[in-house]
Amino acid sequence: MSDHKVKIKINGTEICCNRGDTILKAARMAGVRIPTLCHDDRLEPYGGCRLCSVEVKGVPRLLPACTTPVARKMEVITESETITRIRKRIVSLMLSNHPNDCMRCEKAGECALQDLAYQYGVDGSEYGGERWDLPIRQANPFIVYDPNKCVTCGRCIRICNEVVMAGTIDWVGRGFHTYPDTAFRKPRSLSNCEFCGQCVSTCPTGALIDKKGRGKGRVNELTRVKTTCGYCGTGCNFFLNVKDGKVVKVTSDYDAPVNHGNLCIKGRYGYEFIHSADRIKTPLIRRGDSFHEATWDEALDLIADKFTGLIKKYGNKSVGAFSSSRCTNEENFLIAKFARTVFRNNNVDNCARV
Amino acid sequence: MPKSKKTPAVTSEKPSLKDITIRICMGTGGLAAGSREVMDAFHSELRSRNLKAAIINKCVTKTGCRGFCAKDVLVDVIISNAKTTYQFVDPEKAARIVEEHIINGRPVEEWVVGPEYHAFHNSETKILLKQCGEIDPEDINAYIAIGGYRGLEKALSQTPFEVREEVKSSGLRGRGGAGFPTGLKWEFCSMSKVAIKYLICNADEGDPGAFMDRAVIEGNPHSVLEGMIIAGYAIGAKKGFIYIRAEYPLAIERLKIAINAAEQKGFIGKDIIGSGFDFDISIKQGAGAFVCGEETALIASIEGKRGMPRSKPPFPVSKGLWGKPTVVNNVETLATIPVIMSQGAKWYSSIGTEKSKGTKIFALTGNIKNTGLIEVPLGISLREIIYDIGGGCDKGRRFKAVLTGGPSGGCIPESHIDMPVDYESLSEIGSMMGSGGMVVMDETSCMVDMAKFFLSFTTNESCGKCLPCRLGNKRLYEILNRITQGQGKAGDIEFLLSLAEDIKISSLCGLGQTAPNPVLSTIRFFRDEYEAHIYEHRCPAGVCKAFRKYLIDPEVCKMCGKCFKACKSGAVAWEKKQPAVIYREKCVKCGACYDVCPFGAIT
Amino acid sequence: MAGLATSLGAGAATNSLAQMPDIDMLFLFGSNPTEAHPIVSFYLKKALRNGAKLVVGDPRKTWMARRADVWLNLRPGSNIALLNGMVNVILQEGWENREFIEKRTEGFEELKKKVKEYDLETVEKLTGVSKGNIIEAARLYSHADKAMIVYGLGVTEHQTGTENAMAIANLALVCGHLGRPSTGIMALRGQNNVQGASDLGPLPSSFPGYQAMSNTGAREKFEKAWGVTLSTEIGLKSVEMLEKACEGKFKGIFILGEDPAQTDPNINEVRKALDSLEFLVVQDIFHTETTKHAHVILPGASFAEKDGTFTNGERRVQRVRKAVEPIAGKAEWQVICEIATRMGYPMSYRHPSEIMDEIASLTPIYGGISYARLEKESLQWPCPTKDHPGTTTLYTDLFSRPGGLAKFMALDHKGSGETPDSEYPYVLITGRVREHYNNGSMTRRSPGIMELVPEELLEINAEDAMKLKIKNGDKVSVSSRRGKIKVKVKVTDRSQPGNVFLTFHFPEALSNLLTSEHKDPITGTPEYKSCAVKIEK
Repeated sequence: MSDHKVKIKINGTEICCNRGDTILKAARMAGVRIPTLCHDDRLEPYGGCRLCSVEVKGVPRLLPACTTPVARKMEVITESETITRIRKRIVSLMLSNHPNDCMRCEKAGECALQDLAYQYGVDGSEYGGERWDLPIRQANPFIVYDPNKCVTCGRCIRICNEVVMAGTIDWVGRGFHTYPDTAFRKPRSLSNCEFCGQCVSTCPTGALIDKKGRGKGRVNELTRVKTTCGYCGTGCNFFLNVKDGKVVKVTSDYDAPVNHGNLCIKGRYGYEFIHSADRIKTPLIRRGDSFHEATWDEALDLIADKFTGLIKKYGNKSVGAFSSSRCTNEENFLIAKFARTVFRNNNVDNCARV
Repeated sequence: MPKSKKTPAVTSEKPSLKDITIRICMGTGGLAAGSREVMDAFHSELRSRNLKAAIINKCVTKTGCRGFCAKDVLVDVIISNAKTTYQFVDPEKAARIVEEHIINGRPVEEWVVGPEYHAFHNSETKILLKQCGEIDPEDINAYIAIGGYRGLEKALSQTPFEVREEVKSSGLRGRGGAGFPTGLKWEFCSMSKVAIKYLICNADEGDPGAFMDRAVIEGNPHSVLEGMIIAGYAIGAKKGFIYIRAEYPLAIERLKIAINAAEQKGFIGKDIIGSGFDFDISIKQGAGAFVCGEETALIASIEGKRGMPRSKPPFPVSKGLWGKPTVVNNVETLATIPVIMSQGAKWYSSIGTEKSKGTKIFALTGNIKNTGLIEVPLGISLREIIYDIGGGCDKGRRFKAVLTGGPSGGCIPESHIDMPVDYESLSEIGSMMGSGGMVVMDETSCMVDMAKFFLSFTTNESCGKCLPCRLGNKRLYEILNRITQGQGKAGDIEFLLSLAEDIKISSLCGLGQTAPNPVLSTIRFFRDEYEAHIYEHRCPAGVCKAFRKYLIDPEVCKMCGKCFKACKSGAVAWEKKQPAVIYREKCVKCGACYDVCPFGAIT
Repeated sequence: MAGLATSLGAGAATNSLAQMPDIDMLFLFGSNPTEAHPIVSFYLKKALRNGAKLVVGDPRKTWMARRADVWLNLRPGSNIALLNGMVNVILQEGWENREFIEKRTEGFEELKKKVKEYDLETVEKLTGVSKGNIIEAARLYSHADKAMIVYGLGVTEHQTGTENAMAIANLALVCGHLGRPSTGIMALRGQNNVQGASDLGPLPSSFPGYQAMSNTGAREKFEKAWGVTLSTEIGLKSVEMLEKACEGKFKGIFILGEDPAQTDPNINEVRKALDSLEFLVVQDIFHTETTKHAHVILPGASFAEKDGTFTNGERRVQRVRKAVEPIAGKAEWQVICEIATRMGYPMSYRHPSEIMDEIASLTPIYGGISYARLEKESLQWPCPTKDHPGTTTLYTDLFSRPGGLAKFMALDHKGSGETPDSEYPYVLITGRVREHYNNGSMTRRSPGIMELVPEELLEINAEDAMKLKIKNGDKVSVSSRRGKIKVKVKVTDRSQPGNVFLTFHFPEALSNLLTSEHKDPITGTPEYKSCAVKIEK
C-alpha cells in the first residue's frame, strides 16, 4: 500500500481509498449510496444539511461523510437506526418550513427534497411553528427566486462565490431567518449578477428556477437531448429540453467532460434564436432588388446551373466556397470535399483565422 | 490578595507623596460605574490642595477589574503599604477621602468595604486575576516589575519541544469550554510539515454575562501577549491574531497599547530577545456574532468570510486559517502560559484535581448576593462558590439551580450542589465548563421559562448553516414557548427530549450540539415543573403569565390602587379604601397589575 | 494557429482544460476569459483559488488583470517586443531550462542573438510596461513548476498575429514549459468549431487533417477515396477571393454560415467585392449583412436541428445532436450533397455519422473517432486508432515537427499596421462582452439578453473622457480613416488612457467599419485588435 492510499472499512467491508478523500467519495467509489443535499461535486465540501451523517467508530457524534476525510483504519457505518432517525428528522425539519406545494411547483419530479420526503416518508407536519413568508423575487429576465422553498443548503451561494466568483449572493440574516440573497436584497442586475444561471443549476429544490422555462412543461413531458453548445470554443455540453418540437429550456449536464454542468449566460439562456420568427424558413431567390420564396428544388437547380455556367464561362478557378467555424466538422469536411471534387479547385477557406 | 483586613491605625506624621498610591478600578465595569469621573475628582481635589506633585508622580493609577463589580467604583488608598479599599466611590466621596484620609490620615470608615468583600476574595485562588486590579494595565514596566516576560525569557532559552512538554505536563486544558489539553493541541499543530502556521487568541467572549476574558485583557494585557509569544514559539508560528469583539473597545485599546510597548521593548517583532525567533501579533475585530467564538467560524471571520463554522475534522491544527495549521487558544489559556513557564508545570499542576488542573475564572451572576468575577481552583464545590463566595441567594430566597457553561450549558439543581466543579463532573451531569458563566437561579425562577430564555439566545445566534441547529432549535424553542403559553400537550416532553437528542448528535458545531442542554437538564431535574405547565396548567414559580388567574385576594390587598393605575385596559375597579377587583371580561392578562402589586395580592 | 504550428508542429492547444486547476502559474495573454470564455475562466479561477500566481498581459484592465500579481499593460501591437524582452531577462538571469533547450529544440542561438536587442530599456519604451513588471513576470513564469500560457485573440488578431504566437512558443520553450500536464500553451478559440473547421480541411493549401497538398501520398489517398484527380495548385484564401472579385476576376462564391460583410474588417471593401460577384449563394439561419448581397439565400439549420460534431479548443471532439427538425426541412450537409449531385458528383450519406467514418478513414488525427465511441467517451485528438484513448497533453516526448524538435523563431517587433497620430489619436480595441456573441445574430434574439445589454457602448478611460468633455451615456461619433459610427459612452477604468474599446455585436454600430485593412500576411487574420480612431462629441 502506497503512502497515498489508506484502508478503511465501510459497513464492514474493507476498501482502499486515496488519502485526502472524503468518506462520501470513498463510499461512492465503493458503490455505497449516501444521501446528500448540500453536496455538489463542483463545490467545496460544506457539511450543512447533515443528511450524509454517518457513524464513525470511536466518535460519539455523527460525522458528515461529505466533509470528513478518511483516516487509516477508520470504520464507517452508513446505515443504522440512529442514522435513519436523524435523516428523517432533517428532512421533516426542512419540510416544516417549506410551502409543500409540489403540485404546482416547477421542480416537481426532479426535486431532491421531494425525493427525500418520499424516501423517508415524512411531511414535517408534526412541528407546526413558524414558516417563512418571504416575497418571491423575479425582477430580472432569467431567474425566479422563491426563498420560501429554500432549504439553505448554500449551493447557490457557493457556486456564485467559488466557481463563478461573481459574489452576487450570500447569506443574509441569522438563525431561522438565514437565507441566500443579494446584498441589501436588491434586485439582480448586471452590476451584481452575470446571469449565468449557475445558482439555478445547483438548486436542489424549486427555490431557484429558470424564468423562461416556467410553465413550459413538466420534467416527464420533456425530452432531453444532450448536445454541445454552439457559441464559443470551450465546448460545453448541455441538455436541450424539447416539448412538442420546441426547445423550451436548457439544463445542465453534470457529467459533461468540459463543463461539469457549468454554463454561462449564452449557453443557458441564449437559445431563443432557434425558434426566432426571423429565421430564414425557405430558400429565397433574388429577383431584381427583392427576394422571393422558392422551393428547395428551384433553388438547388438554380445554384447547380449557375455554378456550372460560371465554370464553363470563366474556368473552374473563378469560383470558390467559404465555410465557417459555426458549422459542424462534417459540414466543413463536406465543403472541403465539395470544392475539390465539384469545383475541382482548392478555392476553399474558412473563417477559422478570423 | 488584600492583606490588610483592618483599617490601618491613624498615623500622626504626614506620609511623603511617594508613599501614597490611589488605585481606581477602571475596567469596563468600573468605568460604567463612573470611575473616570472619580479619577478626575481625585485629580482636581489633589490639584486644588496643591498636591500637584501627586499627579505628576502618578500617585493616582488605574487598574483593571478586580472582580467584585457589584461594589464599583472600588478605590484603594495605600499609604505606607497600608491599604484601605473604598466601595461605591463617587466624585463627592473622592473629595472627602482626599480631605480626611490623605491629608489628615483618617480613613473614612463608613465607606470602607465590609466583610463580604474580603470573604469574596479570600475564598479565591488568584493566578490570572492576581495582578488585575493591582497594576496599571497600560504600563509595560508595571508588568515587568512584577516578573512579566520572565516566562518568555525562560521559554526562549528552551527548545519548542521542551516548552510543549512543560505545558503538557502542567495539565492545562483549554479554558474556552471544551477543555482539550493545551499542550497536546500544540503538539498536533507542530507535527504538521506545512511551514506557515498561525496562532489565534480567541477573545470573542460571547456568553451573556461572562466577562472573564475582558477582565484579563483590560487588567493585564501583557500576560495574554506573553502567552501568545510563548505559544507561537512552541508551535512554530510567526504570526498571531487576537480575535476580539468590537464591543470591547477598552480591551482593544489596552491591547494596542500593550502590543506597541512590547514591540518597543523587543518582545514582539524580529529576533525576540536575541533568540532569533520572530513573532508578530495583529488584532482582528469581530462584529459580535456569538458563533464566532467557535474556532472554525472565528477563522472564517478572520479570512473575511461570514462567520460560519465548518465541520471538523479536519481540525484547525492541521487545516486552519487560510488552510494552514492553526492553534486557537482562549484568552485565559494563553494568560496562564507565562505563569506555568515562570513558576513551573509542577507548581501549576499542584492546584486543582487529577484531571482538571489549575484555576478557572467564573462570572457569577443571577439571583445571588455577590455578583462578579471569581478565580477559583478547579475541583472546588458549587456550594463553596455559591455560598462562601457568592453569599447565597439574594433577599433570603431559596437556591434552586445554577446554570454553568453559558446559555448552552446545563442547569444543576440544589441536590447536586456539593459536586466538584471540573470538566468531567460538569459534563457528566449534562452541563459543561463552557467559558465560565454561572447564572444562579432562586425559587422565583421558572425552569421552563429559563430553558426557553437560553434557547431563544442560541436560536437567534445560530449561523443558519446546519439544518438541525437552524430549524431544530427553532422548533424546540417554539414548543417551549407553547408550553409556557399554556398550550402544552401530552407528549411534548417526550418530543422535546427526542428532538433535543437528535440535534445534539447531528449539529455541525458546538453551538448546535450544546444548545439543547438547558432543555435536557431542566427536564432531567425539573420534569415536575414541565408537567405542572402541561397537565396542571400552572407555573409553580408564578413566572409564566399565561397561567395567572388575575384575581385579587381582598384579604391581602392593601387598597393602594397601584394596580388600578397600571391597568391599560380598564379591567381593574378600585375606590379609595376598597380592595381592588379585576373584571375578567376586560382583562387581557398583560400582567401589569401583577408586576406593580407590592403585596402579592394578585395571583 | 499557424504560429504554434510553425514552432511546435500543430496549431492546437497543448493541454486539456481539466488540467488548469492544478497549474501553479498562469500567464494570461491577450485574453479576457471572464467575458469571452466564461467556463474556461471557471477553471482558471479555481487555479487562482488554489494559489496559482497570475501574470496578465493585456492593455485592458480586465477582471483577471485586477487580480493579477503582475499586470503587463502593454501598448496594443507590442506583443513581440514584450515577449522578446521577457525571454531576454530569463536568459540574462540564467532562468532558462538548458536541458530542455538542448534536447528538444533547435534555433536557440538565433533567438538568443535576436532577443539581445530587446534590453529592458528598449522594451519599456516599445511596450509602455515598466522594467520591474517585465522582470517580475519573467521570474514568476520561469520559476514556476507548472506554468501555463493561455492566450486569446488579443494575440492573433494583429498583423503580426502568427509571429505573436511564435513569440509565445519561444517563451514556453526557453523555460521548458511544454509537454507536461498543466504545463503548456492554451489558445482560446473564438468560435465553437474553429478547431474543427481548421482540422477538417476548408483550407486552400492543405487537405483535411493538416495533410499538405504537396504530400503525394496524401493526395493519392484522397484521389482514390473521392474518385477524382485533385488540383495541385494552391487555392485562394477568402480574403484573396474577395480581392479578386473586386478586380472582376472572381465570379461565384458559396458561403456557408459566414457573415464577412459584418465581421470582416474594412467591410466597405468586402461589400464592394460581394456586389461584384456574378453569383453568390449564402446559407445561414438569419438574414445578415452578407445575405443582402446574395443571389440565392438558403435556410440553414441551427445546431439544435442537426447531428454532427464540434471540436473544441482543447481538441475534444463532441457530439451535436438533433433535438428538433430543421426549420426548412434540410440540414447543410444534405444541401451540399444535393448540389454536388446536381453538378455531376454524386454524394450520398444517410447520416452525418457516415461522413465522420469517411473523415476517420482519411484523417489520421481523427482516425479512431466514430459516433459509436463518442456515445460512450469523449476524445481529444490525436486519436489515430479505434482503441486509442485520445491525447490530453501534446508533445510529452516529441514535437510534431520534422525531427521531433521544436523551433525557436527569431522575431522582430513590427507594431500595429496603424498607430495613433494627431488626427486619429486613440487606439481602438475590439472584442466581446459576456452576454453577446460575435455578430449578435443569435444573442440579439434573446429578449432577456437584450434587456440586459441593449446596445453598443464605447469604453473609455475617465482621463480621456474628461479631455473630450464627455460623460456616461453621451452619444459620440467614432471615426477612423475608413468609416464612422455613432455610439454611447461608458467611462470605465477597464480602458487605459489612449485606448478605447468596442464590441462587434451590434449592426447599428458596426465597429468593423472602423477597423483597419491590415492583416496577418501568413494567415490573413485581420488586425481587429488595433486601429487608430478619433472621437468627437
